[in-house]
Amino acid sequence: MKLPLPRGPFGSALADVLATTASDADPAERAALAAAASRAVEASTDVLHDEDLQLALFVLYELHYRGVEGVDEDWEWDPDLLRARAVVEAALEDALRRRVEVPTDVAPDRRSVADTLFAMTAPSPGPSLSRFVARRADRDQVRELLVHRSVYQLKEADPHTWALPRLGGVAKAALVEIQADEYGGGAPDRMHSVLFARTMTGAGLDSDFGRYVEEVPAVTLAHVNTMSLLGLHRRLRGATVGHLAAFEMTSSLPNRFYGDGFRRLGYDATTTEYFDEHVEADAVHEQIAGRDLAGGLAEQEPELVPDILFGAAACLLLDDLVGRHLLDAWERGASSLRVAA
Amino acid sequence: MSAAPDAPDGDGRGRRFAGAVPPSIVACPDGPLLVRGAVPLVDDQGAPVARRRATVALCRCGASTIKPWCDGSHKAIGFEAP
Repeated sequence: MKLPLPRGPFGSALADVLATTASDADPAERAALAAAASRAVEASTDVLHDEDLQLALFVLYELHYRGVEGVDEDWEWDPDLLRARAVVEAALEDALRRRVEVPTDVAPDRRSVADTLFAMTAPSPGPSLSRFVARRADRDQVRELLVHRSVYQLKEADPHTWALPRLGGVAKAALVEIQADEYGGGAPDRMHSVLFARTMTGAGLDSDFGRYVEEVPAVTLAHVNTMSLLGLHRRLRGATVGHLAAFEMTSSLPNRFYGDGFRRLGYDATTTEYFDEHVEADAVHEQIAGRDLAGGLAEQEPELVPDILFGAAACLLLDDLVGRHLLDAWERGASSLRVAA
Repeated sequence: MSAAPDAPDGDGRGRRFAGAVPPSIVACPDGPLLVRGAVPLVDDQGAPVARRRATVALCRCGASTIKPWCDGSHKAIGFEAP
């Protein structure tokens, strides 16, 4: 990924620091980053929609994934960058915890936790992004959908994989079972990220990771940043598990609609394979994620139940905010992107 | 185990994926049947049903659009397993 243009003062300060090598950077400049992050957080009226904070956080997280072109790899564990990141992360976690409603008094057993997660994610009959795509979206709009999704789906599964070494026993085995399937069962061209890349190519888009970061708004970045926030903190392993469960539980039916929309618009089977694969795969994953992973973890570590449900609620909140952003723009006849892709 | 990278499991036995997982079928409450391990899956003519993943979910509610696999439709129709 290329370093995207900053969208505010914190991102600018970060870009200046990342332009140097970790060993040569001006100590005062790098030490000032956390203060710049604090000022940006204080100035923010809505962290989930804050362009400066979400893009800068996305860049900071990318140092832990595949890196950023031209940026010194030693920045990944630089204490000053981590300190600045922690400021933004605290604001993001606080915003999420304040906005979600988490069911209380759920017993820490498989059945109760799975039932609660399935109830939280139960399909609703109302208007939705996936139904709009199935019936009404035009070619430009479905391409926009892919652009939004590309900042996560081209590294699909990676954020939840961070939780693997933090789990044990039944929960760990369940996460391995799901993630192995996400990664194509070991077959490189069956990896879900690779299937998504083929969908992008089929729709005439560039499938290089990060190619469209400039075009996506803060709320889209907040969705993927939340996964990284949960995944990179052992403390939040329960939330990562809950997030994955909710993600899987809200996937099969919408992906059928997305596939239908792409077929309606005349895209070929290679382009729709990603969606068709998810209809089948995530109907498996949601059972494993709800019962063995989330339910299993709840039985191992009962004190994590509130966090499991928080992670699920955070996933649903962001899925809803992103979906609403796209639908609102399209109903106005506008693009949902910052710059037309 | 080796197989062509994108080859589905042609004989329906899950050999490519079976590994050391003992065969098992889990009846998910109000949901599908989860099948793990080298369980032969065949249609009513005895022809193998190709599977593309180690663990598969078989439709139990009758509403799936991708039978024999589950597509989550049991949730939309409020299926209650007997």
